[in-house]
Parts: sequence; C-alpha cells; structure tokens
Amino acid sequence: MDGLMQELVARYNYWIYVILMMIGFYAMIGKRNLVKKLLGMNIFQTAIILFFVSIGVKNQGSIPILSKKQALEGVADVAQVINPLPHVLMLTAIVVGVSVTGVALAVLQRIYKEYGTLEEDEILEKISKR
Amino acid sequence: MVTIFSYVPLAAILVSMLASIPILALGNRPNLREGVTLTVAAVKVLLIASLLPGVLAGNSYGLTLVQVVPGVSLALKVDAFGLIFGLIASFLWAWTSVYSIGYMRALNEHDQTRYFASFAVAIGATIGVAFAGNLLTLYLFYEVLSLSTYPLVTHEQTGEARASGRKYLTFILGTSIGLVLPAMLIVFSSTGSLEFVAGGILGGKVAPDLLAVLLCLFVFGFAKAAVMPFHGWLPAAMVAPTPVSSFLHGVAVVKAGVFSILRVVLFILGPGTLSDAGLGTPLAYVAGFTIITASLVALTQDSLKRRLAYSTIGQLSYMIIGVALLSPSGTLGGILHIAMHAFGKITLFLCAGAIYVASGKKYISQMNGLGRRMPITFAAFLLGAMSIIGLPPLGGFLSKWYLVIGTLEAGQIGLMVLLLISSLLNAAYFLPIIYRAWFAEPEEGAEEGIQEAPLLCLIPLCLTALGSFGLFLWPQPFMDLIRMLLPQLGMGG
Amino acid sequence: MTNNLPLYILAAPLLAAFAVSVFGRLNSRVIAPLVLLPLGGSAFASFFLLLQVLQSGSFRYVVGNWEAPYGIELLFDPLSCLMLFLVTGVSFIASFSALPSTFRELPGRESLFFTLYLIMVVGLCGLVITADAFNLYVLLEITSISTYGMIAMGKGRPPLASFNYIILGSVGACFYLLGVGYLYILTGTLNMADLARLVPEIAGTAAYATAFGFVLVGLWIKMAFFPLHNWLPRAYWHAPAGMTVMVAPLMTKVSVYLMVRLIYAVFQPDWVFQPDFGLMTQLSVREVVLWIASIGIVVASIVAYSQRDLRRMLVYLIVAEVGYMVGGVWLANDLGLTGALLHIVNDALMTLCLFLACSAIWYAVGSTSFDSLQGLYRRMPLTMAAFTLTGFSMMGVPPTCGFFSKWYLILGGLDAGHYQFVGALVASSLINAILFFRVFEIAYFKAPEEGEDGPGLPRQEAPMMMTVPLVLAAALLLVAGFGAGTLVSRVIGVAIPELM
Repeated sequence: MDGLMQELVARYNYWIYVILMMIGFYAMIGKRNLVKKLLGMNIFQTAIILFFVSIGVKNQGSIPILSKKQALEGVADVAQVINPLPHVLMLTAIVVGVSVTGVALAVLQRIYKEYGTLEEDEILEKISKR
Repeated sequence: MVTIFSYVPLAAILVSMLASIPILALGNRPNLREGVTLTVAAVKVLLIASLLPGVLAGNSYGLTLVQVVPGVSLALKVDAFGLIFGLIASFLWAWTSVYSIGYMRALNEHDQTRYFASFAVAIGATIGVAFAGNLLTLYLFYEVLSLSTYPLVTHEQTGEARASGRKYLTFILGTSIGLVLPAMLIVFSSTGSLEFVAGGILGGKVAPDLLAVLLCLFVFGFAKAAVMPFHGWLPAAMVAPTPVSSFLHGVAVVKAGVFSILRVVLFILGPGTLSDAGLGTPLAYVAGFTIITASLVALTQDSLKRRLAYSTIGQLSYMIIGVALLSPSGTLGGILHIAMHAFGKITLFLCAGAIYVASGKKYISQMNGLGRRMPITFAAFLLGAMSIIGLPPLGGFLSKWYLVIGTLEAGQIGLMVLLLISSLLNAAYFLPIIYRAWFAEPEEGAEEGIQEAPLLCLIPLCLTALGSFGLFLWPQPFMDLIRMLLPQLGMGG
Repeated sequence: MTNNLPLYILAAPLLAAFAVSVFGRLNSRVIAPLVLLPLGGSAFASFFLLLQVLQSGSFRYVVGNWEAPYGIELLFDPLSCLMLFLVTGVSFIASFSALPSTFRELPGRESLFFTLYLIMVVGLCGLVITADAFNLYVLLEITSISTYGMIAMGKGRPPLASFNYIILGSVGACFYLLGVGYLYILTGTLNMADLARLVPEIAGTAAYATAFGFVLVGLWIKMAFFPLHNWLPRAYWHAPAGMTVMVAPLMTKVSVYLMVRLIYAVFQPDWVFQPDFGLMTQLSVREVVLWIASIGIVVASIVAYSQRDLRRMLVYLIVAEVGYMVGGVWLANDLGLTGALLHIVNDALMTLCLFLACSAIWYAVGSTSFDSLQGLYRRMPLTMAAFTLTGFSMMGVPPTCGFFSKWYLILGGLDAGHYQFVGALVASSLINAILFFRVFEIAYFKAPEEGEDGPGLPRQEAPMMMTVPLVLAAALLLVAGFGAGTLVSRVIGVAIPELM
C-alpha cells in the first residue's frame, strides 16, 4: 500500500493528466449537447498539453535562458535547466487546438442556424422529420 | 520443339477485339458494320490457319508481352493443343457471323451494334484462352470472355434475361474469383511458376491432399465447363439470341471452360502426378455423374434450346472423362470430342434458331410435322444429332470410339458402361424430335406459310452439318495435332 | 543540398492557396488557372523528383539549414517520392472535376473552397515527406482542419457530420500526439531517423508499447480502419462533390502510408510483428489486427451492399479497402507489404475513378441514388464505360490494376498462413462483383419512365472538364495494371529495403 501511495505521489502529474483526459473523453462520448462535446475535446487536448509540459520540468530547474556570462564561460549546466522543447512543441499544439476549436465553433454556428438547437437528439429528430 | 517468335497469335486475338471499335462507330450503317465483322472473321481464320503448317512441323509460336509480376508474364504460346481449339473457334465464328446477320435481320432485333461488338470481343477472348502461354494469361482472357458475354446473355433485356444474366455472372464470376484465383495463387506460391509445361509443373511440389484440393478448385472453378453442380447457368443462358447460344454456349464459352480444365490438368497438375495420387478415377466419376444426370434431365425438357443445353452439359463432361482416364486413347478421344461436339452441337443450335426464325416455335411439342416444311433444316438436325449420339458416319463416332478404347486401356469397365448408357440416352432425347418433325401429324392449320429460314441462316447450318460428316472422313489435322501432343505428355500414343 | 525543387512542390500550392483566397474572391474566373497550374507543376516536378531519387538515391532536405535532429527534416526516398507523385497527381486530376462541380454546388464560395482544397494538398504532401514525428502531427491536423471546413460547406446535414468528424478526428490526433509524447520521454528526440537509432535500447518497456498503441489507434481513427470507421461514411455522404474526388482517394491511403512508415522506420517491424507481443500470451497483436482487418473487409462490403445510393455504397467500399491495406501490412512479409503498397497506388486510382464518375453522374443527373441511375449507359456512355472498367478493377479482373495488388496480398496471406485474410479478400472481391453488377444492371436496363423503345434517351454527359479526366484516369487503371510488374520491381521493390 505504501508503495502504491509513493508511486501515486511521485508521478502525480501523470495521474492528473489521465484524470483530465478521462473527463474530456467522457464529455465527448457521453454528452448529447454539442457544445459540451466541444468542451470535452478541449479538456482532452489540454490534458495532453499539460502532460507534455510537465515532462520538461526538473526539480529546482531554472528557466532555459542563458545569460551572456554563463554562455561565455560555458558553464551552463544542462541538468539545472528545464527542457524547453516540450514547451515549444506545445505552443504549436495550442495553436492547432485553437484552430480546431475555431472551426468547430463556426460549424456549431451553422448547425444552430440550420436547426435552431445544439442538442444532438433534437437535431437528429429534425433531420429524420425532413 | 522450337518456339518461334511471332506476332501472329497476338494479331489473331486483337484483330477481333479491336474490330469492336469500328463496329461501334459504324452503328448506323449496318451494311458496313457487318462488312467489318465478316472481313475480320475471314482474316482471323486465315491468321490462325497460317500457324498450322509450322505447328504440324513440330514448332510452336510464342510471344511475351509484358512482365506483370516477377516470374509471370502475359505471354502467348501456340502449341498443338491451343491450335486445335483456336482453329475450331475461329472457323465456326466465321459461319456464326454469317448466320447472325441473317438471324438478327430476319427478326429485326434491337441493339444489333452492341451485339456484334460484344461478339467480336468474346471471340477475341476465346482465342486468347486458346493461345495463352501461362495460367495468368489464360485467367485474364477467361475473365474477359465472361464479362464480354454478359451483354449477349442479357440481350433481350426482359426480366427473365436479367435474372439469367445475374445467374450467369454469379456462377461464372463467382467460381473464377472464388475458386480458380486462390488455386492459381496456391500453385504459384508452391512452384513459383505458372508456365504451361507438358506433363505439369506440380510434380513432387505439393502434398497429395493439396493436389486433390487444387484439382477440385480448378475443375469446379472453371464453371464454363458446367460440371455439376456448377451447371445451372447454361440452361439459364439460353434466353440469349440463338446465334449466341449456338456459338458461345455450344462452342466458345463452354469449350473455353473445358479447354481450361484440360490445359490445367495436362500442363499444370500433370497427368503423371494425378495418376500417382490416384485422382484420375474420382475425377472421371464426377464427370460421369454429370453425364448421366444431364442426359436424364435433357429428356424432360420441352424447350428445344434447353434440351440442347442439358445435352451440352453432358457432352462437356465426356471431354473431361477422356482426360481423367489419363490414358493415350482417352486423352485423344477427349480432345477430339472438343472438335466433334463443336461441329455437331453448333449445327443443332443453328437449326433451333432457323426453326425459330421461320416459325417462331421454341418448344418441341409444337414441332409436329415441321420437318416436311423445313426439310433441309431437319436433315441437318439429323446429322448433328447423329454426331452427338456417336453414330457413324459422323465425326462424333470417332471421338466416342477413342473414349471407349481409353476406358478399356485404363481398365475402367464401369466407365465404359456409363458411356454406352449415355449414348443411348442421347439417342432417347434426340430421336423423338426427329420423329415428331418428320412423322407426327401437324395440328390443323398450324403450319400455314412456314418455309425454310433465310439463306444466310440456312447455308451456315448446312455447312457445319456437312463439316460433321467431313470430319469423319478426314479428321487428319486434328488427329495429327493430338498425336503430336501425346508423347510430350508422356503418353505413348 | 542546393537542389530546392522539393520545396517548390510544397510551396506552389501553398502560395496558390493564398492567391486564390485573395484574388479568387474578387474574380472567380482566376480560380481555375490558380488551382490547375500549381498543382500541375507540382505533379510534374514530383514525377521528375521520383525519377531522380530512383536514379541517384534518396536524400534528406534540411529546411532552413537547421541540422537534424534539431531542425526540420524532409525525407525523399523512393516510397515518399512515389506517394508525393501520387498525391500531387491525383489531386491535379481531381481538381479538373472539382472546379465545375464546386462552381455549381457552392456558388459564390468557390474561392474559400479552393483555398482549403489547396491547403489540404499541401498538408498531404507534407505528411508523406516529413521525417519528424511532431511535424507529422501538425500536418495531420492541417489536412484534417481543411477537410472539416470543406465538409461543413455543404448545405443541410454536412455541418453535423463535420462536427462529429471534428470530435473523432481530434481524438485520433490527440492519441497520436500522446504516443509521440511517450516516445519523446523515452528517447528525447522526435526525428524519425534518430528515433529509429535509439529505439532498440528501449524496446520491450511498457511505456514503449503504450506509445505504439496510442500512435497506432490515432492513425487508425484517421484512416477509418474498422471498427473506428464510423465518421467517414457520414462525413463523405454529404460533403461537396468537389471535395470527395480528392479526399476520398488520398486521405485514407496517406494514413496507411504513415502507418507503414512509422512501423518500419520508427517502431521496427521485428518488434511490432513479434509473435509474443500481445496482451494475452496466446494471441499476438498481429493476429488480432489481421482478424479485425478480415472482419472489417467483409462487414464494410456487406454494409455497402445495403446502400441504395451510389455515393454511399462507394464510401463503404473505401472502408473495406482500408482493411486490405492494413491487413497486407500486418501480414509482416515482403509479399504482403508489397501488396499493401501497390494497393495504396492502385486503390487511390480506383477510388479517384469511382468518385470522378460519381461526381459526373451527380452533375449531369442531379442525384446518385440508384433510382436515378436508370438508363445511364445510353445517357452517359463515356462516364459509364469508365465506371465499368473501374468496377472490373475493384472486382480484381485482370489486366486492370486491382487484380495485381490482390495477387500480392493473397500470396502474402498464403505465405504467412493467414487463410482468414485470404478468405476475406476473396469474399470481398465477390461482394464487389455483386455490388457493381447491380449498378451496371440498373444503368444498363431500366430506362427512365418512357420505357425501352427507341433511342429516345438524349445524351447528357457531364462537361468535358469532368469526363476527360475520368476517362484518362480509367485508362490509367489499365496502364497501372500492365505496369504493375515494373512498378513493383523498379519502385516498390527498391523502396521496401530503404524503409528499414
């Protein structure tokens, strides 16, 4: 039991991302409201972004910017610096996520204009009546 | 044996396939369109006949087109066996074309352009089957033949024609894709080759039980040979116009099926390999079952064309029995029967068409006394029927004679009895038709104004009937070709 | 690398996309040249690139001279160049048909549509040549987003279909990204060549297997592999015709290519296909995938049979064909892989023909439901001739190209002893025969209303812009059939060893 607790605590970032992901996943699959589905998708994406960001972190690490002095002396200690690459990647991922959300919102607007509702059941009902 | 590089086989195939383009283009000028058909038919016969001297001298003609899969090319090769089939098919096509023109015009059929175009592609594919140099090429032309005959089978465009077309495709495409294709690939994956080699390529390469499976796949898979239980398409396909039934379902399509089976048995599986595995006799009995059953069913058919169709189903299995005996005379008889049956059966079908054109009658029960109105047609019918029954002096006698000798060589007395019974059955379903036509009293007033069919119909059927007779007197070209083949197959002859 | 040709292939359609969005809005007449010229140029350039790579070997293009593994790398080996040629060629041919159909279907919004269309092509081109696992994710999303947009442009139901596709597509992309994240934790790199170098050290750890699982499922969603295929039929049913002619042939095929690339160039086939890689000891992942592929082929074919509309039927056939290719890859032998790669090319051509024909029929007749196909052989003889030939190819009748990929796939199945996969392939060919002959029969026999007498039906072919590419593409099926031997020995045979 102790071992399990330690495992949980030591890797708490993983557990948080898994929980967030499951919440998002549930919303995407389980909810019938299209906006809630979209929110679920955003949570899902954010979970992954958090996951990436968290893996770059180091205990007591400093920001990955070299001062001129450090650079000249060549004493930058890689072990003391947070890995910046995941953050950079996630900038791109955030951009992608925002674009997808934007497209999705635009599509939702069209759906709303077409059917006057964002509940999937009601939309399907209206479609079958046409 | 030398293989001579030659473009003639390719030309023989393409000349009719490409002819479909001018035929389609000349749709609204029927005389010119039919001119193309006849010219091409004549050119084709000449091209194929020009190969005869060389093949009789012991050579073969070949051409490799393109390598489509490493180890397998699209290749043509004309050997004695292929030439036999090629000669029969091209020669009879020429006469059927003449007949078609008479038939289609007499009945004022619709969509004649489509009809002649499809016919041209079909005969090209038939020659392709005959001249294929390996199994893949054979399969290719076999499929083209299936697809190009679909518009012909469904020509009438009625509900019945569509149902028949569906049945036709289900049987033919279903078996070729479902059975032959896997079999071909099994052969390829166990030998790395699909070449036709006299005596087979599978010797020692596959286990006996796999060999049995392959034999089944091939024999049933080439469903154009109508081995039971894959025979149902043939009676159904009789809704097609009679020239189609006569040529395609008397000669080209069904013989392409038998030819393919024979090709595979003799040149892929190998008679020696089959006889070592003891598979010849079971195959012969499968064919024998088809012969007897089909003959019995034929007895019950009132529609003349359907009776002929069941007769064809039975006769096709004669050829398979001949090869399944794995003896020289049996093989000789089986291959010879391809030629003899072709001439006999096409005569019968052409007669059936002539009767329909002249009188509009399709059913045997309506034909009382018709022979007195159409003496030439029924005389030809008698000759055709005698040839199929196997009576001298007609070609069918020769092939059946060799088949019977073959059963004795192989020591299969049971099969000999079976063949004799079948001949009796053949007589039983043909002779009543003759009897009715010549001797039965016609119904009152039913025969007013019926006379012989137009000359374009009449001349071809007379010629094929005489051909049946001629082949009895002079079977030399075919006999010589088969006798050349036998030693290559490892049979003394 | 002084040769910048590769980058122009990407840049031309990308710049054209901006030009279309700016000038196309002002004057819709400039759209056609702005779409056709860059795509045509790219297609020709990628053809020469393919020849060049086959002649003088593959190379890596380093964007902006930032050396790998830090910079962005593009990989040009025989396979990626073949795919590049396929993508540019197919989208070039498709755009001829997409132009008239979009001008009719989306009047006033053509410039928006073709902006997305071109961006989609750029995304697909990028996908096939990228050598970086993260760039792959970004490009995957670029193609997806442009597809979402194009689907949603249709009237009526499309927005809902598009939204469902957005949700599922994002899940797929996120799964992929997650898998890449795990890989990054394990190796600290995202460059594929670098990954391949480091992977042997970590193979066998649970995290590595997890990474592979996420990546694989993500790609499967994108390629609509059964049973993750549900988004595809809904999205393609109602999408604008101009989109389906390009996306239907390419999207699933490119995803399959990515799966091949990742398995062979990153995760290593020895590890992926090993018999004891699996959740349970008796059942390896490979067996499971092959079974799913086999079932998927048959089920999708049967569902296709239950449709009463040509486009709906074709859409399910796409799903069935994905099963062919995934199965071929997971046969894990050279024959199967050859078959799968050959089928990527052949199926792209076949699907292109089918959707070009479908689009032409829709343009001329106004509907693709089976009832409206009656008498079509008389009304649109050229279109139907091409469609018939494609049908034969789908059934696998030689010498059309469909036969030859099936040939390799079945041989591979026999070789690997996976008879259920062979059975599924044969069954699917048979079902295809039924499917297409049903369409042929309807189009061949039934004449609309008036009956069958006389030549009463007028010709009503779609415009030349749609018919000519269709006929050419159908001719390509024969060319690809006769050239199958050359393609396998000269290109695919060279590409497979280079993959590893």
